[in-house]
Amino acid sequence: MTYIKPAFRHPDLQPNAIGFHKKDYEGAISTLCAGCGHDSISSAIVQACFDLAIEPHKIAKISGIGCSSKTPTYYLGQSHGFNSVHGRMPSVATGAYLANRNLKYIGVSGDGDTASIGMGQFVHAIRRNLNVVYIVMNNGCYGLTKGQDSATADEGSISKKGQANPFEAIDLASLAMELGATFVGRSFSGDKTQLIPLIKAALSHPGFAFLDVISPCVTFNNNKGSTKSYDYTREHIEATGTVDFVPFEQEITVDYPEGSNKSIAMHDGSIIELSKLANGWDPQDRMASFMKIQEARMKGQILTGLLYIDPETKDLHQMLNTTDKSLNKLEANILSPSLKSLADINNEYR
Amino acid sequence: MKPTDTSNPEYYHKVVDCQYACPAHTPVPEYIRLIAAGRFTDAYMINWESNVFPGVLGRTCDRPCEPACRRGRVEEEPVAICRLKRVAADYKDLEDVSNLIPKGPFPKNGKRIALIGGGPASLTVARDLAPLGYEVHLYDEQIKGGGMMRTQIPAFRLPETVLDEEVNYILDMGIDTHFKTYVSSLKEILDKGYDAVFVGTGAPKGKDLKLENRELLNGNVHIGIQWLASVAFGHTTKIGKKVLVIGGGNTAMDCCRTSRRLGGDEVKVVVRSPFDEMKASPWEIEDAQHEDIPFYNCHNPKAFLVQDGKLVGMRFEVVEANYDTGKRKLIPTGEIVDFEADDVIIAVGQENTFPWIEKDLGLEFGEWEMPIVDKTTFQSTHPKVFFGGDAAFGPENVITAVAHGHQAAISIDLFCKGADLTDRPHPMTNLINQKMGIHEWSYDSAVVTDLRYKVPHADKTKALKDRKMEVELGFDFDLAFQEAQRCLNCDVQTSFNFDKCIECDACADVCPTDCITFIENDEEADLRPRLKVPALNQTQDLFVSETLPTTRVLIKDENVCLHCGLCAERCPTAAWEMEKFLYKTAKAG
Repeated sequence: MTYIKPAFRHPDLQPNAIGFHKKDYEGAISTLCAGCGHDSISSAIVQACFDLAIEPHKIAKISGIGCSSKTPTYYLGQSHGFNSVHGRMPSVATGAYLANRNLKYIGVSGDGDTASIGMGQFVHAIRRNLNVVYIVMNNGCYGLTKGQDSATADEGSISKKGQANPFEAIDLASLAMELGATFVGRSFSGDKTQLIPLIKAALSHPGFAFLDVISPCVTFNNNKGSTKSYDYTREHIEATGTVDFVPFEQEITVDYPEGSNKSIAMHDGSIIELSKLANGWDPQDRMASFMKIQEARMKGQILTGLLYIDPETKDLHQMLNTTDKSLNKLEANILSPSLKSLADINNEYR
Repeated sequence: MKPTDTSNPEYYHKVVDCQYACPAHTPVPEYIRLIAAGRFTDAYMINWESNVFPGVLGRTCDRPCEPACRRGRVEEEPVAICRLKRVAADYKDLEDVSNLIPKGPFPKNGKRIALIGGGPASLTVARDLAPLGYEVHLYDEQIKGGGMMRTQIPAFRLPETVLDEEVNYILDMGIDTHFKTYVSSLKEILDKGYDAVFVGTGAPKGKDLKLENRELLNGNVHIGIQWLASVAFGHTTKIGKKVLVIGGGNTAMDCCRTSRRLGGDEVKVVVRSPFDEMKASPWEIEDAQHEDIPFYNCHNPKAFLVQDGKLVGMRFEVVEANYDTGKRKLIPTGEIVDFEADDVIIAVGQENTFPWIEKDLGLEFGEWEMPIVDKTTFQSTHPKVFFGGDAAFGPENVITAVAHGHQAAISIDLFCKGADLTDRPHPMTNLINQKMGIHEWSYDSAVVTDLRYKVPHADKTKALKDRKMEVELGFDFDLAFQEAQRCLNCDVQTSFNFDKCIECDACADVCPTDCITFIENDEEADLRPRLKVPALNQTQDLFVSETLPTTRVLIKDENVCLHCGLCAERCPTAAWEMEKFLYKTAKAG
């Protein structure tokens, strides 16, 4: 009987800058199907949080319902977590974020949880620019209920039963761009060299950071003819460039060739280094990015990488001009106005 | 790097660190699992087939397997392999074992061989060849077989009954024994018309210390191994109150502990080298310390002190270890220390000696007056004469002697058949898939975190009164089971089929010790530092797959793989399988 992860780790592993070991960022062993793309994303989240040296108790992970939304159990076992109602992750995340702005929020959802039942929630979270990393583990099917086509299944994609999907797919990345998201990326669970720096960049972004991650369903949607299989994704993937994330306290050690690279300074002092950018790609030009995403879509390419970023953005707390402190840190004397303040307020209406 | 060829039995053999390190290549994890399952007789037979003396070795082995044990690389201490072997010997069913051991009379093949010396090497040759029909004649000067196992290992570490039992399993195969027969001429033996002669006479000469006044003393200065033999046969029954044991090897440990049992109240061990560099096994040092024996390190013996023609003590000069030149040098400090002593036991090493081999037989001797012996065939320059054990290449240990015996037996068998001695038989190997169901394996895949269990010891005051009382009591059933569970089952191999792999990363993600990396292929020296965790232990191999569809390869660093089976469990396509690898070295016949 396995299903018990051994306690031993590689003896050569070193702790991160704040003394935590990678083990401290791990969760329980996955109960998803063997080979599920979601497990790779979980492992990328673990690596990103370990590398960024975020204290585990300063992270909250929130999810809805679905295979994707089970994953918070499998990473960041020492962080806060809330497994909410189907499609309602954004609402719970909004509430949590308003109550405590001093945590990092990772919202995890699936294509069903976001593009179907949770669509109304998703669009409003973007509108409000919540400071949340919103990851969609996108496998194009309802894996938990045996693989029916989801709203992100491409038209013509063939299901395991052999049926072609008659409907047009919702492209969540395009939608997020359309709605004014300030950080949009797309990646593939099978490409951690791209995914990990993207998650790090998203965690450093001061507003809503959306990551659409193609994550093949190995059990119900990895057949020939599926456009979300490992093989199809690998054949049609087209990276906008190589992403490298440099935390603010680190020196840039990689030499990038002239002309094809771009550094984006983040609000917290860290830097996103983009290299080998596809001809003239500028991820800070919303119009151009939008056009390129559509072009790639027409050509049947899966465009990955950092698609768009506006590092100078205002998140919900800034827009609402709320207090810097989390609500649990507000003392009674601040929370309960004095009699005089009450009188002042009342006087305004007289 | 080139793809790894796992069809070469030596690749997987090397992954089973303990078995690979064992000179006789005993399938360690296989018998540890049988012990955990309570199948002590089966565990015993696996040992007996491979190392001939499980009960003896389970108490006295030098345990080259334990420093090699993979568990020692992920936590503090290796599995107590040696003491688990003893469990198999202690709890086996005697009747079952005697039914399983081949019994004569065997149909004769008409060949006669002579074995000189009755120690572990000769007895191994006898065991391997007697069932094949050889008429085996064993010569030894003592009254019983066992050689150094009887004369040099004190009874409180190895009870006589245990030794007798295992020696008799062999002698009962119809060996013609010639005990109390000192062979004084190899020519005489050869003239008797044997088809082959095996020399397993050990390293029987203890070194002396030719210091000032040594020539004046005899009665109270003893040579370690001779003295131990004299104690073993009951010729020596007591020793003075103050005893100095000179030397830091295992013989010194046996001498000092034996002295404590024969009336030595103040026994001191005095060693030239620093404590950390003593030759004795750490556990034997520990046992001596437990019996209140102090160690005086960095003391270089200078002279015997004599008064009225009688030994009264020894003089030492304190030295200091210096490593400036890279090689250790012991530099005299000028400080002189005298220790009182009624008896001195010298245990500073032992040597080979072959006064009984005539120089005109065509048997050549090389450096250090050692016979020239082939390292693979154990044949000397006289085609009919083979060597093994300490007699072949100098002092080693019992398990090495057994390994030599097996190889010499193969050679003798090939020689008597007129076959080519260098054409060695191949090992027997087998791979069996361990998958039973979705989360079920036919081996215990869970990795426990228990620390090494200590073997219970007999009460010290009682043990020190009786030279024959065994100090170690051995593991009981429960302890044996718990200790056996610490084994990582390194023989259950992670076998990878590249053509089934879809590169989903599941194995690399779940591996608790980050052994697996998907990466572009390169030279080994460039790959090692670039793996998920740099593979810095150069003694451990990298497994490299064929090139995968994304042009990458899968690399597994064997170093700290826990053999937990999670890679195979999380693999959607069964590209990873857990397969039990059994490796048995070839035997004669």
